[in-house]
Amino acid sequence: MRNPQLNQHGELQHLLTLDGLPRDILNAILDTAAPFTEVAEREVKKLPLLRGKSVFNLFFENSTRTRTTFEIAAKRLSADVVNLNINTSSAAKGESLLDTVDNLCAMQADMFVVRHAASGAPMLIAQHLQNTGRDHIHVVNAGDGRHAHPTQGLLDMYTIRHFKKDFTNLTVAIVGDVLHSRVARSQIAALTTLGVPEVRVIGPKTLLPTEVERLGVRVFHDMCEGLKGVDVVMMLRLQNERMNGALLPTPQEYYKIWGLTAEKLALAKPDAIVMHPGPMNRGVEIDSAVADGAQAVILPQVTFGIAVRMAVMSMLGSR
Amino acid sequence: MNILISNGRVVDPANRGDAVQNVYVSGGKIVALGQAPDGFVAERTIDARGLVVAPGFIDLAARLREPGYEYRATLESEMEAAMAGGVTSLAIPPDTDPVLDEPGLVEMLTYRAKKLNRAHIYPVGALTLGLKGERLSEMAELVEAGCVAFSQANVPVVDNTVLMRALQYAATFGFRVWLQPLAPFLSRVGHAHDGEVSTRLGLSGIPVAAETVALYTYLELARTTGARLHITRLSSAAGLALIDQARAEGMDVSCDVSINHVHLCDMDIGYFNPNCHLVPPLRSQRDREALARGLAEGRIDALCSDHTPVDDDAKQTPFSESEPGATGLELLLPLTLKWADGAGLALLDGLARITSDAAKIIGITKAGHLSVGARADVCVFDPDAHVAITREGLRSQGKNTPFLGMELPGKVRYTLVEGQVMYES
Repeated sequence: MRNPQLNQHGELQHLLTLDGLPRDILNAILDTAAPFTEVAEREVKKLPLLRGKSVFNLFFENSTRTRTTFEIAAKRLSADVVNLNINTSSAAKGESLLDTVDNLCAMQADMFVVRHAASGAPMLIAQHLQNTGRDHIHVVNAGDGRHAHPTQGLLDMYTIRHFKKDFTNLTVAIVGDVLHSRVARSQIAALTTLGVPEVRVIGPKTLLPTEVERLGVRVFHDMCEGLKGVDVVMMLRLQNERMNGALLPTPQEYYKIWGLTAEKLALAKPDAIVMHPGPMNRGVEIDSAVADGAQAVILPQVTFGIAVRMAVMSMLGSR
Repeated sequence: MNILISNGRVVDPANRGDAVQNVYVSGGKIVALGQAPDGFVAERTIDARGLVVAPGFIDLAARLREPGYEYRATLESEMEAAMAGGVTSLAIPPDTDPVLDEPGLVEMLTYRAKKLNRAHIYPVGALTLGLKGERLSEMAELVEAGCVAFSQANVPVVDNTVLMRALQYAATFGFRVWLQPLAPFLSRVGHAHDGEVSTRLGLSGIPVAAETVALYTYLELARTTGARLHITRLSSAAGLALIDQARAEGMDVSCDVSINHVHLCDMDIGYFNPNCHLVPPLRSQRDREALARGLAEGRIDALCSDHTPVDDDAKQTPFSESEPGATGLELLLPLTLKWADGAGLALLDGLARITSDAAKIIGITKAGHLSVGARADVCVFDPDAHVAITREGLRSQGKNTPFLGMELPGKVRYTLVEGQVMYES
């Protein structure tokens, strides 16, 4: 079975997941993103790379932040952007996912940026486009279920590379709700592909997926043990609906044991950076003093996110 | 009509027979093997040289989708599929709409099937009304209407008091109860085996405990009620070990497995292939190997198609939103041959799992074997020819199977039901 995001020449046709994506493609995206960070500093923040192309933001699940950054990225590349919040339109009328896609294809879409609550939905769209011979249309996964959030994973890699230069001597800890996190899966895939020698996941057993160690990570339940000597701390967001129930007793207990405080962060290397994909729950997974502290690189992550999304869209759209 | 099936390799597991000989069919029955009976004049001769002549296959689970789901399949389409697959007896799970919980419905279904004059059907009645797990169905009446056993299909009884009462009531009459080991809450939240693949793909997992917890409960309730239990569609090595244990104690419990689960595992989901969305879920490679071995060693009694035709619309969705199930009637023989070959089993022993062994579980005595006097349900197939599994080639209205695009051994050449040739190719 061919990896559905690569074409027959092994080039990127869609960006669906970082799992199984070759290291040279990951590096190419990061390298392409670098000059785009400077575009943001300019007076005129526009490049003509996607002029005349139509990018459809297909959001089957609510998101303001991710949709906005994709929109900004596409506009900076001079694309025409159409935003569709499908949970309030077609899906409610009973239209199937692929019918929606076919309709938008008929409106001459060049690229779909897809967010969906079900794992694998963007892959289904990509396979459908391939089966119907529409290879000129590209799909970018903007987050599907628990499966993948590849542009988030890439911007995290960009951030780490920016601050740490080299991946091959790092210890990275991912803390929190790995079970429900598409971000964590993309981070793990990218970190292991880029040669990080030790990737740790830290959390209670209820929030770590079965056989997660098979993804190439070391499992810690004790936060203090897990943070010892790490170069990068990647916090995950804890969804509100998971704070009280069968997964966790209360947000208070969670904060006490797995919340990132200055004391716990002191166990990491002195120059360790702290990352978070946002939006943060201050006082649940992260203490404000850390979130706003000198080691936090959470806002640069957002800025780099636009450059990385520009890189992905320009690489796909100019093909 | 008198039919002579000449010079075929007659493989009859029930009688441990495997020899080239003639089979004489008359009046819907097998009248002789080897030597022609006195005065027998064949009106038709089927030249079976180089072919295998076997009892028509018996499938322990074939959803024909009637009543209620005619947009997925009809009796007509699925009976054609059965004939093309050499399957002449079908046990029908009760999860139709309405559910098979009323004698009238069962009679209607049996009548419709009889009129089509294809495979024989053996309805499995609902254990509880509407499969809701609240009130018992009229089991005695349902048996009179033609039900051969009772089951909950894939809808577990949540309240164990009701399950215990249902088992007690069935045990009163000695009716066999077929149960799918699915613990209600543990099985409900997931879509794939809880393991590396579901973790990687971000699919919510169904732990093996969903099967073992249910088995502990069922086996314990069967012990205390004396119910005759048949466990359907095992999916895990741990589940099979519990059955082994119960049998070692001397419990009367049988079990089956589907063709999908002896050939596939969770890795076959690949990039979210919805055709691999099944109930129970495809489990690990280790589980698959244990099931294939258990079936070869007779620790699993029978192999079935678990035929579940699903319409394309319900499959062309993200994995977790897709309808579980796979079409299987036309794959039963090829996948039995492939499994038997892989397990190093003689053809005779392989075919037993879809003929004589399956017949025992349903309680069929006049078919499933080729003894003189038996109902002339016969499948004549070419064991060496390979068939490509394609959407166009499948007669079932359901085109959903993980085996699409594969070449599999075993081409059915003739299917006879009660001495009539119902299919030939």
